[in-house]
Amino acid sequence: MTTAPAPMPHFNPRSVGRVTLRWVGIAGLLAFLVAPMVPLFIWSISFRWFYPDILPSEYSSRAWEQVISPTNNVLGSTWQTTLIALLVTVLSVLFGVPAGRALGLHNFRGKRIVEIMILAPIIVPGLAVVLGIDTMFIRYGLSGNIIGVSLVHLVPTLPYMTLVMSGVYANYDVDYELQARSLGAGRWATQRYVTLPAVFPGVVVGALFTFLISWSQYVLTLLIGDGQVQTLPILLFNFARSEPAIAGALSVVFILPGILVLLLSSKYLSGDSAAVGGIGNI
Amino acid sequence: MTQVKLSGLTKIFDAKNPPAVDQLDLDIDSGKLTALLGPSGCGKTTTMKMIAGLLRPTSGDILFDGNSILSIKPEERGAVMVFQNYLLFPYMSIADNIGFGLKMRKVSKKEIRSRVTDMLDLVQLPGFEDRKPNQLSGGQQQRIALARALIVEPNVLLLDEPLSNLDAHLRDEMRVLIRRIQTEMGITTVFVTHDQEEAVVLADKVALLFDGRLQQFDSPDAFYDTPRSAEIATFFGGTNFIPGHYQDGVMKTDIGNFKAPHSAVGDGAAMLSIRPEAIELGVGGDNSVAGTILSHVYAGRYARFQVKIGDLEIEAITEPGQVKLFGDGDTVPVNFAPDKIWILEANSTPQPVGADSAG
Repeated sequence: MTTAPAPMPHFNPRSVGRVTLRWVGIAGLLAFLVAPMVPLFIWSISFRWFYPDILPSEYSSRAWEQVISPTNNVLGSTWQTTLIALLVTVLSVLFGVPAGRALGLHNFRGKRIVEIMILAPIIVPGLAVVLGIDTMFIRYGLSGNIIGVSLVHLVPTLPYMTLVMSGVYANYDVDYELQARSLGAGRWATQRYVTLPAVFPGVVVGALFTFLISWSQYVLTLLIGDGQVQTLPILLFNFARSEPAIAGALSVVFILPGILVLLLSSKYLSGDSAAVGGIGNI
Repeated sequence: MTQVKLSGLTKIFDAKNPPAVDQLDLDIDSGKLTALLGPSGCGKTTTMKMIAGLLRPTSGDILFDGNSILSIKPEERGAVMVFQNYLLFPYMSIADNIGFGLKMRKVSKKEIRSRVTDMLDLVQLPGFEDRKPNQLSGGQQQRIALARALIVEPNVLLLDEPLSNLDAHLRDEMRVLIRRIQTEMGITTVFVTHDQEEAVVLADKVALLFDGRLQQFDSPDAFYDTPRSAEIATFFGGTNFIPGHYQDGVMKTDIGNFKAPHSAVGDGAAMLSIRPEAIELGVGGDNSVAGTILSHVYAGRYARFQVKIGDLEIEAITEPGQVKLFGDGDTVPVNFAPDKIWILEANSTPQPVGADSAG
């Protein structure tokens, strides 16, 4: 005689565990990512805030007025930071995608060495690298302008772009391109209709990293920019000691694009996204 | 309809290794279905990719209707390859997948739509336009991949292991579908397979390759009746081999002399081959010798006997009823019908009967 297993529709220990885990995760994220930003915002609207008060005793919009006022050039600086980050992103895509393709798809002599060389800028302290670059850049007129700063921002960003893309291409079946060719697509059409859609999520993730890393560069911008290029981190640092309220307001401005970009591209960053697995995971 | 000629076609990937495809000459009939058969790694797919223009030959030539096409880009060759793992573009709908080739040829959207519908009817998947590839089973994906190739009306259709990823039931269905479409459209079709049965069932002609070299290019039955070597005979299922000396249509062996009018070689040292199912037990005559039954197996649709003749052991496959007539240890006449005997060259190394034929 057989008995049907008792139905248990309302209790599933696994799913309960998973829900708990999810809330722990969200709480952790809030604690580590959002909580540190709260004091920044409070700083930005405070007038008097002394120990041991938990909240400021007086509030003021002075800091925000300073941020908006043209004398401090916050808007210009924001625009400049954005422009540099965009330029770095474009360059990084142009160089990083083909480099990642070569590393992900092909085996060639000296591949290990190339892989280590790509990681080198992440391992070697940026300060050491940039001091050497600086003398060269001064000689070629790349010091103290946006072009030079953008180029030097490639040092910490290009490795990420290349590594992300090599991961994407490692999971990419190049036979899709052969199939497209065989069906009548030329080289460009194949890239446009077959390759690009397959690797696009990876490009987005790599571009995102690039944009944010460039956006928050301080040392490289300071040295190569030579005081001429005033990006937000430079501006922020200037205010950090003297004017905590303005620094707080600037920090909020500084953080916003990161959050914005993350939200806009969150679908490419999720675990299900093809950026991690290439075409095979779609 | 396009006639395809391969002439001295060679592909060397790595100078340290033997060529993947070695001096291949092949005349592929226009409008026919030709199989490239061989164990894995024998250069079948490499050959196919070279025909499609996806791999550049090291040397040799490929001609369509007498004209070399080596300098023609893959997208302009009209030789469309269907890969073994289908490779449907995952982010495109089924309609966009099938219509891809026409889109590349700048056909109007309206016409693409109507031809896609026709194609879906042809491969018996009507109404699948809006689905995504990952919603389809392997067999359905295979059909879509076929439709995507057929819609551009290729001169040459190249199918890489078209049935190998399908289970047995789907394989039969797909086999019928490929044969029917190929006959209807009359497209010169080449398909690659490692399964000799598949090649025989589906193809008009079979090209057998071992290690990148053409072994035999013939109609399917020839591989059973008149294989060019013991190796080929073995690849097409077990055969009995008996060494001896061939002269004037008679094969002299240690177990007796046999009349053998059909031969692949001239007089001299040779190898007699005869398939187990051609051996007749209990039949006397000129070409008959006495043998002792060692063991037998009843397999429902046939019976299999191990028979010892002299110092040799051979295998006979008979109709199942024979198990009632002969028992183990019986001595019976064993007939080698002259028409069924095929003489091969002696230096080819025969493998034991029943050895695994698939590579």
